[in-house]
Amino acid sequence: MSRRPYIRKVERSWWLQHPRYVHYMIRELTSLFVGLYCALLAVGLLRLSQGSAAWDGFVANLSSPLGISFQLLCLVFATYHSVTWFALTPKAMPLQVKDEPVPGIVIVGAHYVAWAAVSAVVLIGAGM
Amino acid sequence: MSEVIMLEVLRYHPETDSEPYFQPYTVPYQDDWVVLDALNHIKEHLDATLSYRWSCHMAVCGSCGMTINGEPKLSCHTFLRDYRGGVIRVEPLDHFPIERDLVIVMDSFMDKLGSVKPWLIPREDKPLAAGEHLQSPGELDTFHQYTQCINCLLCYAACPQVGLNEDFVGPAALALAHRYNLDSRDGGKDARAETVASNEGIWECTFVGACSEVCPKQVDPAAAIQQTKISASVDWLKDLLTPRGHR
Repeated sequence: MSRRPYIRKVERSWWLQHPRYVHYMIRELTSLFVGLYCALLAVGLLRLSQGSAAWDGFVANLSSPLGISFQLLCLVFATYHSVTWFALTPKAMPLQVKDEPVPGIVIVGAHYVAWAAVSAVVLIGAGM
Repeated sequence: MSEVIMLEVLRYHPETDSEPYFQPYTVPYQDDWVVLDALNHIKEHLDATLSYRWSCHMAVCGSCGMTINGEPKLSCHTFLRDYRGGVIRVEPLDHFPIERDLVIVMDSFMDKLGSVKPWLIPREDKPLAAGEHLQSPGELDTFHQYTQCINCLLCYAACPQVGLNEDFVGPAALALAHRYNLDSRDGGKDARAETVASNEGIWECTFVGACSEVCPKQVDPAAAIQQTKISASVDWLKDLLTPRGHR
């Protein structure tokens, strides 16, 4: 009897075949906007190095309806990305104190506290 | 007439079939039957040519993993009552070649499993006279869940990265490597790193998390892999800062 194993190909639409894969792809998509906002910050630094006129033009663009829409979009996606990542942190960073596991909610909560603290420092630094 | 339930089973006989096809079977419905019972009924009463793996019928041996209505499951752990009134579609596990009907070829997994050296590599040779390698309950807790893996391969079927890159070492093997790396008696982390910390190892994982969702033994391979990523990154940084070896 001869062997002839049959190999089924993965379809391009594999990620549409289960909600868990759709959620994963949405999360992957959000990282694109996080990356785009990082690029925006890099451009901002570049414009700052080119003098006040360049910087003022950059700020004017940010303040335009298109600029504000883009930043709001990035904020929504970055928030989704952060919240879903924080929810996963107990898996990636489990802690044990004196042989006892630290509850996941404490690890997740610590991330939110750190997020709030860093945001507060940035806002205070920006003079708001 | 007593109640029945319909199964559609993927069939493939390499001697006669150019590709797999679904074959319908009608079997008696029993409240306490699992899908494996229905397959056994088909084999014994309707069609003796149906091939599938099974052994213990109690979610211990890990032999009877199949795709049931699109979800990787142990067929001995999946009750007909959860599909009452519908059709149950039974296929082999995804991402593995089909040997025959519901039987997959798992050679690639066996190779990957061996490649991560899933055994204790003692930190130092210790004569028998020196006594046991002691371990506290807390040290055991750090890796205990990963010892529960039964190699059923549901996690490989659920992982899209396994389907997209056949060289990916995959969830179960990487979780088992992590189990030994965490063991206080083990000193084999560096020996495993060549495979575990390679591109085809932990870095191929994109944290879909499906492996952990489908695991019938509540092992968490996704967590194991993310923890190994952190550990491997720290080791890489230590190597960079102290080139002469920190360990």
